[in-house]
Amino acid sequence: MAERNLTARDVVFHIRRYSPERDKSPYIQSFTVPVKPGMTVLEGLHFIRETVDQSLAWRYSCRMGVCGSCGMILNGHCTLACNTQILDIAKGELTVGPLPNFTILRDLVPDLRPMFEKHLSLKPFVVREDEADVNSPDGEYYQSPHDLEAYLQFTYCIKCGCCMGACPTLATDLAYLGPMPLAASYRYNVDTRDVGRKNRAQAAGAAHGAFRCHYAGECSRVCPKGVDPAKAIQWLKRQLVLDYLHLAKKQKPCAKQSGPGKLPRDPKIPEAPAYTIEGAK
Amino acid sequence: MRETKFWTWHMLAGVVILVLLGFHMVSMHMGGLTGICVADRSHDAVDPGNSRARDANPVFMWIYIPLLGIALYHGLYGLRTILFELSLKPALETAVTALLVLVGLGLFGLGTWAAIAAHGAALAARG
Repeated sequence: MAERNLTARDVVFHIRRYSPERDKSPYIQSFTVPVKPGMTVLEGLHFIRETVDQSLAWRYSCRMGVCGSCGMILNGHCTLACNTQILDIAKGELTVGPLPNFTILRDLVPDLRPMFEKHLSLKPFVVREDEADVNSPDGEYYQSPHDLEAYLQFTYCIKCGCCMGACPTLATDLAYLGPMPLAASYRYNVDTRDVGRKNRAQAAGAAHGAFRCHYAGECSRVCPKGVDPAKAIQWLKRQLVLDYLHLAKKQKPCAKQSGPGKLPRDPKIPEAPAYTIEGAK
Repeated sequence: MRETKFWTWHMLAGVVILVLLGFHMVSMHMGGLTGICVADRSHDAVDPGNSRARDANPVFMWIYIPLLGIALYHGLYGLRTILFELSLKPALETAVTALLVLVGLGLFGLGTWAAIAAHGAALAARG
């Protein structure tokens, strides 16, 4: 405790509060938090809940920038509370609010369901025509490093919704699909295992689809995982136009390889050592 | 998918406008320099005499009618996009689209009629 007093600096958290059953409209409530170097916004919120106000609500889980639960707007910047250190973004004051462009369920908890419904409408999974093979695979699909590179960065998306909160188009058009679902659509379109591009084009090329993007680039700027959804949307637009004009280069489907154990063994690879525990397999 | 079609044509229209508007700039605003489609170089390109000479030239008519149509499509689609940003209800979106189509067709009809009539009048005046 003494150590904290020596190194702590007070930062005032201005938190946007709202409880639909109690409040007519959102309001700002301020809390003073003693902040040590390295302390994250998430820890600051925990401090408030543990010592001042137990009713403060927000969403979190992993505390290490993986689950994407704690997306919120901090000093005007949509980001994750768990991997943002307070002293990196605030000297004495910090404004904390729920992600914009979503309905607020309570305090800092946005309703992310519309985002996931849009995401689902774009079939964010590998679509295969050979259903029998999907259900009982007898091999694996080979992708070269080049094939992987085409979509790898977009797989880093953790669906935190920060890009959706920062999107100026979504701010005026709530029906717009938004950066996360559209980037996911592109990610699967360029996956050589996938054949669902035509189906996704129906939703991505619809009235509130990819062509609503003005390329403001805010989504890419705020992404806590360094994904570039703005780029994915521009590439998606190009794909849609070239597909419509029948000018798109046909994507070479990935080849299927024999399943594990079916290929001849490479003699250069040494045999695995025997099990150390008798009977274990 | 419908929007993909509209957007693709919007982009292609932009490219065509660039070419046709280039012709317009060269002939109308730089006619004194280039001498293209200017009957009397001693007068300005927008001089009534030069204007009548252009009206009589069928090339002008057949360039300006497509330019009008393409520019109207490009501009009105852009306007529709801006209006749709205002989070309109689906029924209103349909009404806006219908209204813009009507306005576009009306202006195109009027412009086409004007170009053809001017061409005919210029030819008649020439005898």
